Amino acid sequence: MAEATLVEAINLALARAMQDDPDVVVLGEDVGVNGGVFRATAGLQKRFGAERVLDTPLAELLISGLCVGMAAQGLKPVGEIQFMGFIYPCLDQLVNHASRLRNRTQGRLTCPMVLRTPHGAGIRAPEHHSESTEAMLAHIPGLRVVMPSSPERAYGLLLAAIRDPDPVVFLEPTRLYRAAKGEVEDNGEALPLDVAFVLREGRDLTLISWGAMLKETMAAADALSTEGIAAEVIDLATLKPYDEDTVLGSVAKTGRCVIVHEAARTGGFGAEIAATIAERRLSSLLAPVTRVTGYDTIVPMARLEQYYMPSVERIVTAARKVCQFS
Amino acid sequence: MASRRVNQDLPVIARFEVRRRNYLAPDGSIQRPLPAFASDAKLLVTLYRSMVLLRLFDRKAVALQRTGRLGTYAVSLGQEAVSVGIASAMREEDVLLPSYRDNGALLWRGVKLEEILLFWGGDERGNQFSGPVHDFPFCVPVGSQAPHAAGVAYALKLRKQSRVAVCLFGDGATSKGDVYEAMNFAGVHKLPVVFVVTNNQWAISVPLRLQTACETLAQKAIAAGFTGEQVDGNDVVAVRAAAEEAIAAARDANSPRFIEAVTYRLGDHTTSDDAARYRSAEEVQARWKEEPIARLRAYLVAQKIWSKGDEEQLAAECHERVEAAAGRYLATAPRRPETMFDHLYADLPKVYAAQRRELAGDHDG
Repeated sequence: MAEATLVEAINLALARAMQDDPDVVVLGEDVGVNGGVFRATAGLQKRFGAERVLDTPLAELLISGLCVGMAAQGLKPVGEIQFMGFIYPCLDQLVNHASRLRNRTQGRLTCPMVLRTPHGAGIRAPEHHSESTEAMLAHIPGLRVVMPSSPERAYGLLLAAIRDPDPVVFLEPTRLYRAAKGEVEDNGEALPLDVAFVLREGRDLTLISWGAMLKETMAAADALSTEGIAAEVIDLATLKPYDEDTVLGSVAKTGRCVIVHEAARTGGFGAEIAATIAERRLSSLLAPVTRVTGYDTIVPMARLEQYYMPSVERIVTAARKVCQFS
Repeated sequence: MASRRVNQDLPVIARFEVRRRNYLAPDGSIQRPLPAFASDAKLLVTLYRSMVLLRLFDRKAVALQRTGRLGTYAVSLGQEAVSVGIASAMREEDVLLPSYRDNGALLWRGVKLEEILLFWGGDERGNQFSGPVHDFPFCVPVGSQAPHAAGVAYALKLRKQSRVAVCLFGDGATSKGDVYEAMNFAGVHKLPVVFVVTNNQWAISVPLRLQTACETLAQKAIAAGFTGEQVDGNDVVAVRAAAEEAIAAARDANSPRFIEAVTYRLGDHTTSDDAARYRSAEEVQARWKEEPIARLRAYLVAQKIWSKGDEEQLAAECHERVEAAAGRYLATAPRRPETMFDHLYADLPKVYAAQRRELAGDHDG
């Protein structure tokens, strides 16, 4: 087992998938010769050839549309959108075609594609490079939306996404690409989709998050433990469809829940989780479900982005309040 | 014109041309030597029969819609030659990516009339159709199937298969980036794909002159680096000839092609549209003189391949087929409500099983 950064784990998973399955094709802007602007596809073109690792023209709608056409022919395309701020031209293809091809043809055609993109702020990037609009993707029926928060889960979940027979949007926490390091065994083993991971068990409070925010959420859990508050931390990992059982089971145990996400608050995915808890576990709740989120603003550029993103302090403060509620 | 003023001293570094193909004049007379396949009387008759069937089918579909038994429907009136002509040049293993008005191509590919009615009648089973299993369903968001065609063609080329993707869309679609992005990619990678625009002059109420300042749509291929040809879209012989040549080029030389079939939408955009609001009866009347079915019939009759008796027999046959299909469509019971969850994913995620049960319960209750 070797230590890998999150982006190296992505690279390992892509290479493993391409090696195991000749139908896997990687495509996107700069993914070939350059190996991707974040190096996620480094070395793949040299190893698997320019036909299977192709540099596309600068056209995001095309990348997603090509994936649909390739997938309908039985290939397993893995498209890369360079930054999430550029994913919007793909929405037409995701909403109108990728997510519904199986359903509208009643299974005659299917769409086993993956669209990967970096997600979120915190890397002091230019405008349009720091978006976290996973909720709009998670709203699309027929799609899967997956977001790892560690190298190990990036490897296992990406393999699962590529092997999945349906379309998956795979959101990679940009901030963790190199910051997160961990042991990754390149054994070709996938992790399950549609399953949340309990990163830490606790009896007093449930903290739910996904992607890069798990870093602050785990730090908040550490801080809370010094105050005698035992927080259970859940990495949602798959947002569409999300693992209600794990969430509801945890809340039934703790009675208190704080949801942490980097995306803007209104209509964010935290609202979905809070609504489910209110509908199904109201009697377990000892305090209102609380969200710690990005603000309802445009993600500010580098000078202010740290104030936009939930901090450990904001999470700890919210958690204390929830624990003190009576 | 000021915008056309250029410095005559500058050297010309590239020149382009666009050719137009037609064989049969509106009166059915021959304008130039016909392509080889036209000596096959049986084939010409089959093309003719398909176009007539499509027209009668359209009439029935509109009647069903007007009596509340079918949803919104898009007729092919006046442009039957395009999708029939194109599809007739395809092999079964080729991949069709049609727009919502390409019933003629689907019928040629073996899709049943009742399946098309099911689709427009609001039932996804219409897309589960009897045509080639790999063909795409009707595409409703205009032009968004063009990138699929490029993706399909890439897969065909990667697997070194001797198959071609054929993508049909309307003139409005050529204004969309989707179509240009797909053509551009096809040109770069020399993909086995044929893009076909049915230029019927109108994108709902917007006429071609407001759609583009180009003299032809065929020239849009030039920007993508391959050949575009204009064809008389009311001349099924010309459409088929252009398609044969383009599909052969795509198959044998991995050379993408673009065909602009110039025709006219004699009917409304759909049954929800009233074209009288935006175009004159005189304009439409004049275009009736060019329509494709009368044109081919005139040729067949002149060649003594077709008679009044044949016509009457065909009308009776088509009537019977269409009525029988409509009967089967109307007799098809709706699916149970919870089946909307079927085929949503390969395996329904556990979290949605409860919603499915909820729907099933409502239905039973």
